[in-house]
Amino acid sequence: MLQKAKTENKKAVITIRGIEKSFGDYQVLKSADLDLYEGENLVVLGRSGTGKSVLIKIICGLLQQDSGTVEVLGSKVATLSSKELMALRLRIGFSFQNSALYDSMTVRENLEFPLVRNKKKLTKGEITKSVETVLDAVGLSQTINQMPSELSGGQRKRIGIARTLILRPEVMLYDEPTAGLDPITCIEINNLINEVQQRFKTSSIIITHDLTCAKAVGNRIAMLLDGHFQRVGTFDEVFATDDERVTPFYDYNFIQ
Amino acid sequence: MFLELYRVHLFIMKFFREAVSPPYEGKEILKQCYQVGYKSLALISLTGFITGIVFTKQSRPSLAEFGATSWLPSLVGIAMLRTLAPLLTSLISAGKVGSSIGAELGSMKVTEQIDAMEVSATNPFSYLVVTRVLATSITIPILTFYTALVALLGAYVNVSMSESTSFSAFVQAFLESITFLDIIASTIKALVFGFTIGMVGCYQGYNSSKGTEGVGKAANSAVVVGMFLVFIEEVIATQITFLFRT
Ligand SMILES: Nc1ncnc2c1ncn2[C@@H]1O[C@H](COP(=O)(O)OP(=O)(O)O)[C@@H](O)[C@H]1O
Ligand SMILES: [Mg+2]
Repeated sequence: MLQKAKTENKKAVITIRGIEKSFGDYQVLKSADLDLYEGENLVVLGRSGTGKSVLIKIICGLLQQDSGTVEVLGSKVATLSSKELMALRLRIGFSFQNSALYDSMTVRENLEFPLVRNKKKLTKGEITKSVETVLDAVGLSQTINQMPSELSGGQRKRIGIARTLILRPEVMLYDEPTAGLDPITCIEINNLINEVQQRFKTSSIIITHDLTCAKAVGNRIAMLLDGHFQRVGTFDEVFATDDERVTPFYDYNFIQ
Repeated sequence: MFLELYRVHLFIMKFFREAVSPPYEGKEILKQCYQVGYKSLALISLTGFITGIVFTKQSRPSLAEFGATSWLPSLVGIAMLRTLAPLLTSLISAGKVGSSIGAELGSMKVTEQIDAMEVSATNPFSYLVVTRVLATSITIPILTFYTALVALLGAYVNVSMSESTSFSAFVQAFLESITFLDIIASTIKALVFGFTIGMVGCYQGYNSSKGTEGVGKAANSAVVVGMFLVFIEEVIATQITFLFRT
């Protein structure tokens, strides 16, 4: 039986309308529309190179769309001054595909960095406490004095997530959180994403091409095909189709 | 080519815009100054000292022909202060510091650390570029005078082996031969060299192309372009100071 995704009467945190983005002659996004509702985990599925990373970089203002509008937490991203954009970014967490930890800093310094830079009024004790809280949330308290180069891929990913959580974001953007990790670590990361949703009350967009991850964390799935979102709904709804651009995903992930 | 020049122009303009606007990264600038000094100090000491000895030794026969070996301190001093010290210091720094800035920023760019900084609401340009360029602009002039000093020591070591000049007489002779213009000109020159080295390293790193290959390229171009520009600036600076002297 098909579940109906419950999206009515929910407040949209991110509203994307008709965005287009080209690099040179190559049009990556073609009139893409998407809504992220408060408190949900929305999975964006798509093949490599379909513009998933471009999409979330546009959401946090790292890239600018050619046309269309992106509204995040009530502000139109492209129209913000750099100061307003900074303020908005404090409310958005971004987990990078390769974690993007600062190589030259220890785990503690990595985690402190966003706080020291943005919350100048905090005391040393308060900062230490925040660091310990997020480290505990990702289950890596013992790594506090290690360098990023000493961590495994899964640990780096967790520290990257912890670093964004330390600013208590309302929106989380995960870029391929399970890419390149072994299956067991993938499950741990999936659980972490769900815990973050519960514990920190975030609304999240999770980008992936890993269906196990999509199924485990997604309240809703949006499939990015040919530059826009063609199939949006629950996992079962999205895959109840014969579309040969969609079925190979399913076959590869489950029937292989 | 012209597009590249235009991008360099924008990058430099952005530096001045960000440098005068808050936040000011005082602590980070100090840290970078320390890095610049620390990286170059050993090599600069060695090179400066040896150049002092060798330059003095090589110059002696020519001066001896005119019975003018007593001019050695002023000859060495002027050559050091006006040209050799700024040039030596900058070339060594271009090699040691320029390349490491290029590689560091390049790898930060490639692994999205710069993007990560930006989304955590830190302006990466002020934090990474402005601090490093200011650090090289401040530190390289200081290192230049240090190089000149060490080279003079080297020169004195050589002088003391052949002549019975006392150290104070040697310093006296040196001080009498240099002018205020020499000091000012060298300071400005070293500052421009320092600015160039920092700027080139940051530009190459910050605009490094994707992939690990991009990082290597950024570090390499930081050295090659940095040294090339320093030589060109040296030629221009020499022309300008000659105008002032005449
Ligand atoms: N900064 C950029 N400059 C030029 N092309 C880019 C840039 N970022 C992404 N692209 C191109 O856009 C396409 C989509 O990239 P991306 O969003 O990273 O794909 P994915 O869905 O795998 O995350 C790719 O073909 C890529 O080459
Ligand atoms: Mg991607």
